[in-house]
Amino acid sequence: MKKFSAIALSVLLFAACSGTSDGGSSSSNGPVTLTLLAHDSFTPSEGIFDAFTAATGITVNVVRSGDAGELITKAALTAGNPEGDVLWGVDNTLLSRALDADMFSSYETSNLSSMNESVVQNIPGHEVTPVDTGDVCINYDIAWFKNNNIAPPMTLDALTSSTYANLLVVPSAITSSPGLAFFLATVAEFGETGWQDYWKALRENGVLVVDGWTQAYSTEFSGSTGKGDRPIVVSYSSSPAAEVLYSNPPTDVAPTGVAPLTCFGQVEYAGVLRGTKHKAEAQMLIDYLTDIAFQSDLPLTQFVFPVNAKATVPETFTRYISRPESPLTVEYDVIAKNRATWLDEWSTIVFK
Amino acid sequence: MIASPYPTSTRWLIIAPAAFLLAFLVIPTAVIVQRGASADAFLNVISSSGFRRIAWFTLWQTVLSTVLTVACALPVTFVLSRFSFIGKRLLLALVTAPFLLPTVVVGTALFALLPSQLHYTAFAIIVAHVFFNMAVVVRLVMPRWSQIDQELIHAAHTLGASTVHTFRTITFPLIRPALSFASTAVALFCFTSFGAVRILGGPAYSTLETEIYVRSVQLGDLNGAVAIGIIQTIFLVGVLYAWTKFGRHHTSPLTVNVHAARPTGTAQIVLVSCIALATGVLALLPLVAVAWRSASGWSHVLSRDTTNALFVSARFAIVASLIATALGAMIALAIAYKSTSSQLLETITSLPLMISAVTVGLGMLITFDHSPIEFRSTWWITPIAHSLIAIPLVIRTVLPVAQAIPQDLRDAAATLGSSLKDQWIRIDLPLLRRCLATAFALSAAVSLGEFGATSFLTRRTSETLPVSIARLLSRPGDTQHAEAFALSTLFFVFSIGAVYIAETARATRTKTH
Repeated sequence: MKKFSAIALSVLLFAACSGTSDGGSSSSNGPVTLTLLAHDSFTPSEGIFDAFTAATGITVNVVRSGDAGELITKAALTAGNPEGDVLWGVDNTLLSRALDADMFSSYETSNLSSMNESVVQNIPGHEVTPVDTGDVCINYDIAWFKNNNIAPPMTLDALTSSTYANLLVVPSAITSSPGLAFFLATVAEFGETGWQDYWKALRENGVLVVDGWTQAYSTEFSGSTGKGDRPIVVSYSSSPAAEVLYSNPPTDVAPTGVAPLTCFGQVEYAGVLRGTKHKAEAQMLIDYLTDIAFQSDLPLTQFVFPVNAKATVPETFTRYISRPESPLTVEYDVIAKNRATWLDEWSTIVFK
Repeated sequence: MIASPYPTSTRWLIIAPAAFLLAFLVIPTAVIVQRGASADAFLNVISSSGFRRIAWFTLWQTVLSTVLTVACALPVTFVLSRFSFIGKRLLLALVTAPFLLPTVVVGTALFALLPSQLHYTAFAIIVAHVFFNMAVVVRLVMPRWSQIDQELIHAAHTLGASTVHTFRTITFPLIRPALSFASTAVALFCFTSFGAVRILGGPAYSTLETEIYVRSVQLGDLNGAVAIGIIQTIFLVGVLYAWTKFGRHHTSPLTVNVHAARPTGTAQIVLVSCIALATGVLALLPLVAVAWRSASGWSHVLSRDTTNALFVSARFAIVASLIATALGAMIALAIAYKSTSSQLLETITSLPLMISAVTVGLGMLITFDHSPIEFRSTWWITPIAHSLIAIPLVIRTVLPVAQAIPQDLRDAAATLGSSLKDQWIRIDLPLLRRCLATAFALSAAVSLGEFGATSFLTRRTSETLPVSIARLLSRPGDTQHAEAFALSTLFFVFSIGAVYIAETARATRTKTH
């Protein structure tokens, strides 16, 4: 009898548990709600999906979970049985991981015709769709260099010179996606057998490696809110524009500058998650994300460039940004093959 | 085997918690291990210089943190155990509060306190560990130390023994069991430290636990993460089992009720006030640093996001504490009722502290992903994860009291014809009430502060307070940081107040008895 009641209790416990979860899953008839999985930096204008809902009757529920790495890990673990319908935010440095995990279902949006060939070439299978581009570059504090009568560094090579000793702060290539991009820039510049010596030289020259971009840019960098000690940092080509737009009191002179020759080109992608119950609707969302309205919203909300050539980029944005003509890059399959060994080697050089 | 007083009913005391641990701890861990275990990855990990560096750091920082924690905690424990003085309760609250705080808050506080040259150093990590864990030593050792009969000490002194000699031969042997358990607990917390290391250590310092996170979550190297997780668990289980087997010292219970005396004589007054003041100031410094930097953040503290996080945290804390207290108490009672194989049972029920929380979180994600057990997007999966971590602490809190319930009482009741249910309601429950309340409060603190693996299960729609603070800190902008500091200040003041009120309530109750 006692045994029975114990079993009954545990069954009840489970029944109670599963009862609650039914409310969470959406039913197939009635209006569809799509779940858009994104990283924390996905911050479009409020109400940006209202037009999509009005046109299609589909509601979009954005679920953000951690940084890009965390997002891809979760999606890779749940490949085929996803937590959402569409994923926003895998970039070319992480693309190999996403493709290896087979987490996307291919879709070719008609908006591809409005995109530059260079952003589409990586993905002949259309597992993912390009949504924006950006550049990870060396940024410097203009006032600091002026006050100290030193010319700011313009090349990666310059950073190992004693002129710039103890001035550079970078986010870790292991825990930060701009950190990884900067590391790949050095691989592109110095070659697969040359970057090791470059990083040894950087280390001897007093580079500070921190966990993430925010710690590097907002705490240690002297040219932004944190007023830290170091006037050279790894950030984005759009960071000077962000400084101007968010400055208090308002200004029209950028306090920071970018060294275009140090830039690594980033392309960000979105995709329909394999196993979604709303494939057709998810594909409509991909169309919307790459269409003019959404693409034009990107620059001022997320400080990235649209991939759709018909989208408008505001003048306030372009005025403060110098984009590299041909950014450094490493092919994603080369990244896929070497990433683990490279990062292991890198952490030994930098942290040992 | 000793005959159990409740031959059949003890069975469900085991079955229900066991089913829970099986469903939410063992199975998810097994699923993730099955998915990620590979002999190649194992060999790769062991032979990599990165792993050896991290393992070595984990070990030495654990040893150093533990030794320093005990060294810093003993003087204040001595003062709090032996003397009564003005502000004693406040001092106790100041020393205890950090343990109730989320590691993010402690990290934030030390970040605000330490000069920038000391950010991202092993020193910062160790300071955080000492600050955080002093409460464990004080709380576990004080009850025992304060019960040592002063007559013994006086007698020793009269017979010519020096203070050092008296401590070595009388005090130390008597507090040793509590001290040994406290150090083990501190070492375990430092070994698996996550939040403090993530925030204060920077990328150069990793423990095995943060390395599991980095490998699995950021690098997508599940095989490597699982390999490290297995190594960590085997190591910890081995150490803990060895400790329960050889290291534990059973001593006769001290039941003398000794009242702490006011310090007498100049030397004693100077000693007591120096220790009390120094510890109080050191414990208060981080709070001051945080409050100092929160100035411009207060206007945002009650923003929509923050109040939402507050409610989410409160709801999680209540649910997690209910589950943990109920199940933990059941296990403690089961151990108390039948004294056989309790060592093994205790080791097993400590598993949640020894299995990497990141691994469990990932396991839950891929275990509960199919109907009818599609739980991964439900809100209560997070409080369940919290309760797993709290259960071992509940067991430790309830067990000593449960074991102390005299069997004679129950036998007498049974002889007089009362049913099992009546015995439970009239004898066990009233005697356990206070420690159940303590266990509930402890679980709530664990849940409120949890920022390990479960922050990984958390979705942004149901963000908890520590996750909120961490997010605010990781965004650019002075106002956002000030808001994080303001929230941390609230947390600090609230914890100190809660402990102070609890102590006052306890003191008045003891007096009325």
